[in-house]
Amino acid sequence: MSYSLDELKRLFPPGRFLVKPGELAPYESDALTAFRARPLAVVLPESHEEVAAAVRWCAKHQIPYVARGSGTSLSGGSLPIDGGLLIGLNRMNKLLRLDAKERLAVVQPGFINLQVSNAAAPYGLYYAPDPSSQPVSTIGGNLAFNSGGAHCLKYGMTSNHVLAARVVLPDGETVELGSESLENTGPDWLGLFVGSEGLLGIATEVTLRLLPRPETYHTVLAAYDSLAKAGEAVAAVVASGLLPGAMEIMDSLAIEAAEAAVKAGYPLAARALLIVELEGETSQVEAEARHLEEVIRQSGAYEVRVAQNADERMKIWKGRKAAFSAVGRLSPDYIVQDGVVPRSRLGQALAEIERLSARYGLRVANVFHAGDGNLHPLILYNGRVEGELQRAEELAGEILRLCVALGGSITGEHGVGMEKKAYMTEMFSEDDLNAMQRIRQALDPGELANRGKMFPGEAPALRFHGAHPLEKAGVISRE
Amino acid sequence: MTLMPSSLAEVQEAVRTYQHVRPRGGGSKPALSAPLEGQTVLEMTGLTGVLEYDPGEYVLVARAGTRLAEVEALLAEHGQYLPFDPPFVEQGATLGGTVAAGLSGPMRQRYGGVRDFILGVQFVDGQGRLVRGGGKVVKNAAGFDLPKLMVGSLGRLGILTEVAFKVFPFPKATATLLVDFSGLEEALEALYRLTGSPIELYALDLLPPATLALRLGGLPEALPARLERLQSFLGQTGQLLQEAAEARYWRHLNRLPLGEGSLVKVALTARHIPDLEKALGSTPRRYLSAGNLLYLTWNDEPDRLDALLKAQGLSGLVLKGTVARSQLGINLEHVLGHKVSRALDPQGKFSLHAPLP
Repeated sequence: MSYSLDELKRLFPPGRFLVKPGELAPYESDALTAFRARPLAVVLPESHEEVAAAVRWCAKHQIPYVARGSGTSLSGGSLPIDGGLLIGLNRMNKLLRLDAKERLAVVQPGFINLQVSNAAAPYGLYYAPDPSSQPVSTIGGNLAFNSGGAHCLKYGMTSNHVLAARVVLPDGETVELGSESLENTGPDWLGLFVGSEGLLGIATEVTLRLLPRPETYHTVLAAYDSLAKAGEAVAAVVASGLLPGAMEIMDSLAIEAAEAAVKAGYPLAARALLIVELEGETSQVEAEARHLEEVIRQSGAYEVRVAQNADERMKIWKGRKAAFSAVGRLSPDYIVQDGVVPRSRLGQALAEIERLSARYGLRVANVFHAGDGNLHPLILYNGRVEGELQRAEELAGEILRLCVALGGSITGEHGVGMEKKAYMTEMFSEDDLNAMQRIRQALDPGELANRGKMFPGEAPALRFHGAHPLEKAGVISRE
Repeated sequence: MTLMPSSLAEVQEAVRTYQHVRPRGGGSKPALSAPLEGQTVLEMTGLTGVLEYDPGEYVLVARAGTRLAEVEALLAEHGQYLPFDPPFVEQGATLGGTVAAGLSGPMRQRYGGVRDFILGVQFVDGQGRLVRGGGKVVKNAAGFDLPKLMVGSLGRLGILTEVAFKVFPFPKATATLLVDFSGLEEALEALYRLTGSPIELYALDLLPPATLALRLGGLPEALPARLERLQSFLGQTGQLLQEAAEARYWRHLNRLPLGEGSLVKVALTARHIPDLEKALGSTPRRYLSAGNLLYLTWNDEPDRLDALLKAQGLSGLVLKGTVARSQLGINLEHVLGHKVSRALDPQGKFSLHAPLP
C-alpha cells in the first residue's frame, strides 16, 4: 500500500476502508451496468467531517473521486473512476430532524427517498419527488441528479423541494447553501448545486420541504386503439385547463409485459393506455373529475375505468410501475432513455421511434410521463448476440438526437452522467459548455469530483454485464 | 453613460467595450438598477418580444427586456398566467429584471416562486460570450442549472437576454377571504394549521397585526363548498371578496403599495414573525406565502434595518430607495459564490460595488 493510501486508511476504521478486490466488486458499477470500473479504494464515512477529510485527501493527492448512494443511477452517474476513490454515503442515513409544523425534514445524504415520506406520513405530510427508484435511492443521489418522477409537471423536480444543503466542496471546504425559507435574496447557489451530478461537491446534510398529502385522488384508466389517440387525449386534457398530478401512457408492448408480470387487469387489446390522476381538495377534485370524464369521452377511448377506492388505484399504478422490470420478461436485456419532447410533438416522436425500431430491427416499448413530454423508450436487445448492445446504443443515440431536434432535451430526469455526455453537444453550444466547465474548474481545477461525467470526452468501452442485481431481484426499475 | 442595445451582438459588444456595466429593465426596482459611478447602463427594453408560446405546452420563451404586462396579457388570452405572480406589472417590470431580482408575489403560495418556473436562460457573460442553460421543455436535467443560478443574481453573473418559463392555467374562478384574528398568536396559529392541511390556497398573506388574506382558486362549481369549508376550518366567516372587487384587491397589491420609503424584500419563515413583529413597530409591511416572504417599507437609517435583520439571522434586499448597498442583513457571501462569480465574470464587469477609482 502506497504512503498516500496509508494516510487515507488512518482516517477510517477497518470495515469502512475497503481495498480488497472482493470488497470493491459491489461498487464497480451502478444501474447502468454496461459500464464498469475498479476504484482504488472505497471509504464509508459516517460524518460530515469524515467526508471532508476524504475529499481533502483526494485534493492533496489529486486523486479523482465519486460519491455514491445506492448506485441506482441510470446514466452511469455513480460509476467509479478507475484508480479513483469511491465515497460511499449509505452509512450517513439518519433522519436528523423532522419539523412537522415548519413542514421540513433534515436528512443525511444516505437517507432513502421513500423513508422521508414514511417518516412524514403520521403528520399528514409527504415528500413529493417520486422517482421509481424511491424504495432504494438516496436523497444525496436524488439531489445530485435532480431526480424526477411521475408528478413533475405540477410539482417540479427534486430541485423544487430542496431548501438547503451543507456541502463539501472539491477542495474540502464546507459551505451552507440555501435556508429554511422558500425565498432567497441573492443568486440561487443551491439551485446551481442541485443537479450538478456530483461535480461541484458532496451534500452531507439536506433540508427538504414537505407537503400536505392530497386529500383525494381520482385515477382514470383509458384504453385506446392507437397511441396517437392517447397522445391527443393528453393534449385535450391540457387544453381543457385541468392540471392533473400525473398523466402516463403505456404502449401495447409495455401493457403486455405489465399484465404478464403483475396482472393489473389492463385491457389487453389496447394499443395504448392512458392513466390520468387528479388530486387535491375533495370538492375540487370531484368537479374536475366531471370535466375530465367529458374530455376522455370525446377522446375516443374505447374503455374507461375509474378507480373506486384506494385498492383499485394501487392496482392501476402497480401495472404502470411494474412495466419496466416487466419488460425483462419480453427480452433478456434492455436499455432505457429519458429524452424529453414538447408535448405537442409526442405523436411525431413516437412515430419516429417506431420507424427507427423497425430500421434497427430492435423492439422498443414505450412507457412515458405524457404530462411533461418525458419519454422512456425501452430498447430491447439480447446482450449475448454479438453487436446487439452496440446497435441498441446507436438506436438510443438516434432517439436522443430526435428529442433535441424536436425542441426537447436529452434527459428529463436520469441526468447526463457517463451515458449521455457525448450528446451534450447536440443540446449546447461550445460557449454554453465552456461556461459550465469554467464554473466547474473554478471550484475544482483538478477535475477530481466525478471526473469523466457530464462533459463530452472519453468514455470507457461498453461491455455487456446483464441487469443490476437489485433489478433482477425486482427491487429497482429503470424509469 | 446609457446605451440601449437592440441586438444580442450590441449587448456583447457593450460588455466587451466598457469596464463596468449594469443592466436595467423597466426600472421598477431602482435600488437595483441605478448605476454606480463609472458604470455604463444597458437599457434592456430594446430587446423585447415573445419568441415562442404554445398554450398547449405550458411554455413561454421571450427576450429578457419583454415587459411583464405584455406577457401577462398574452397568457390571459389563453387563460394562463405566470404562477409565481411577479410584482410591478403595471410599473413596467420586465422578465429579465424580475429574474435578476428574484421576485415573486402572493400567488407563489400555490405552485412556487420564480425559481420554480424558470426553465431556460440565455445571457451574456463577463467576457461578452453568449451562454445558454436549461431548455424549453417543462422537464430537463441536462447540464448545470444555470436558469436557477440567475434567479436573484442581480446582474452580477451575466446580462440576461432571453428567458423561458413554465406557465399554468389560471383558475377559472377565484375568491378571497380576509379574516381578522384577536392577535398575532391566533393569526399565526391559523396560518400553521392551514399550511399543514390539505386546503389549497393560491395566496396566504399575513397583514399585521392579525389579519390573514386567503385566496382560493379552482372550478366555479366547487368554490362555494370550498369557501364554506375554509370558513368552518377557521371558525369565522371573515370578509369575502369576489369578482371584480377581488381582482382589484390583488391587482392593487401587485404594486407592493406600502407607502413612501425604501421598499425591502426579506426572505424568512413564519417562525421569525413573532420576533420581527416586536421589532418592526409601525413599519408598513406584509408577509406573503405563509410567512416565506416579507415586503416592508423602511423610513429609518438603513443600518438599523441591517442590524435588525442580522439579529434575526435574516437577509434583505432593497428594491426601491437610495442605499449604499442593496443587500442587507446576514452575509450570504461564501467561497462557492466568489468562485462561480469569477468564473462567469473574471474582470468584475458586473460587480455590484463601486469600481475603485
